[in-house]
Amino acid sequence: MWSFNKIAGIVDQWLNQTFNPTWALVFEMVIVGVCVIGLFAVLGLVLVIMERRVAAWIQIRLGPNRVGPKGMLQSLADTVKLLVKEGMTPAGADKFLFNLAPYIAMMVAMLLMAPIAFAKDFQIWNMNIGVLYVSAISSVSVIGILMAGWASNNKYSLMGAMRSGAQIVSYELSAGLSILAVVVLTGSLNLNEIVLSQADGWWIFKGHIPVIIAFIIFIIAVTAETNRAPFDLAEAESELTAGFHTEYSGMKFALFFLAEYINVFIVCAIGATLFLGGWMPFHIGHWESFNHIMDYVPSSIWFFGKTFFMIFLIMWFRWTFPRLRIDQLLNLEWKYLLPISMFNILLITAMAILGWHF
Amino acid sequence: MFITNYIKDVFGALKSLAVGLKRTGYYFTHHKEIITEQYPDNRDTLVMADRFKGEVVMPHNENNEHKCTGCTACELACPNATIKVITKFDITPEGKKKKAIDKLVYHLELCTMCNLCVVACPSDAIVMAQTFEHSVYDRSELTKVLNKPDSKIMEGIE
Repeated sequence: MWSFNKIAGIVDQWLNQTFNPTWALVFEMVIVGVCVIGLFAVLGLVLVIMERRVAAWIQIRLGPNRVGPKGMLQSLADTVKLLVKEGMTPAGADKFLFNLAPYIAMMVAMLLMAPIAFAKDFQIWNMNIGVLYVSAISSVSVIGILMAGWASNNKYSLMGAMRSGAQIVSYELSAGLSILAVVVLTGSLNLNEIVLSQADGWWIFKGHIPVIIAFIIFIIAVTAETNRAPFDLAEAESELTAGFHTEYSGMKFALFFLAEYINVFIVCAIGATLFLGGWMPFHIGHWESFNHIMDYVPSSIWFFGKTFFMIFLIMWFRWTFPRLRIDQLLNLEWKYLLPISMFNILLITAMAILGWHF
Repeated sequence: MFITNYIKDVFGALKSLAVGLKRTGYYFTHHKEIITEQYPDNRDTLVMADRFKGEVVMPHNENNEHKCTGCTACELACPNATIKVITKFDITPEGKKKKAIDKLVYHLELCTMCNLCVVACPSDAIVMAQTFEHSVYDRSELTKVLNKPDSKIMEGIE
């Protein structure tokens, strides 16, 4: 059957036959880089149009319907508009840091793509510490935000960046603990092994209530970490000054905007991998014939289906819940999510030791 | 008990979030009822809501008569000095002087459509109209005189 894995294999074989191994590796890296950038562009376009559609449907509106068939080219038109806009740098800004910040945000998003398994045996880098790598790199994104807020020479930006920093650093904890839940159950940090361990059922079904609690905490924490409503204090608390990117315009603003959406995709992909089985089709225990039927659906479709389901969940939150104040936000994390997730991880550890999961 | 309250808090919060999600989920799955008005396209069939207020007008009957006595109640009621009543004295057939309006000046650009003037009017001389396409190139065009030229007060209005 047609699969990503086979195409990658064919390209690899051809490159190794034509060039010597070093050059083949270099070309492969270039191809991967181009693919990642292409994926970013497509994801940006698709997610923006999806967000606006979901928003419109939830608010009983029409949504974009002018550009292209059913408004589907709207985000492309927006991109063209942003491309031709002037990229301003404010007079008193720290020019180097100001211009560097959006690229840091994008770079973090790009680095996070490395360990994600997009389909069966299709991964940029199958590293054995995938989960650790993801949680380490994702906390770098706060540097880009703080850098942007500081360099803008604007009080609103600085306050937005500080709020965002406090928020991301806090929610990193419960996100990390809920990720640990699955790591404890699997006994591996390798994302591919985590997926393979779910061949007889996804963790959210196998792990009973504790894993469901971990999943809920994970969704709340990553929504906060990606700065999305109801936790979008980075953009605004009560004033609408767009927080740390108040001073950004044109393509630099677009890069921040894109990085936000890519981050949403990445955390949803990680969540889908950890809790919903990644590219693993829907399997139930030892029902061999049922599992075999499910295997006919390509693994990449399973992966993207689950990821987009989680993205939809996060979008649903955005258009339902009111925005939290900064004290409520930190209260939620330190008073509720963290104690619950600490208790939960104890429960899951006990469960893993005693073998109570399926 | 602290712990009981804590657990109640958590479950109460989860429940209220679920209620919100259920409501928006209902809207998401029932996309057919759309409240968007595609305004410039549907200008011919556009129906305004009953309570929509576009501007203050003074209705005149077929004899070019209005009901305004010039009592300035609307001017006093207006919170942001949108209405200015300029009065004059008419001479009645009996030779008495009678107060009447010369001009009732209405500044649309100041008006917030709060409806207080209409509520304050004792003789129902002014009402809210539903026009809304008010854009002009010069703001002086937004200053309107509500009473028509040569109009006079209706019989029997005091």
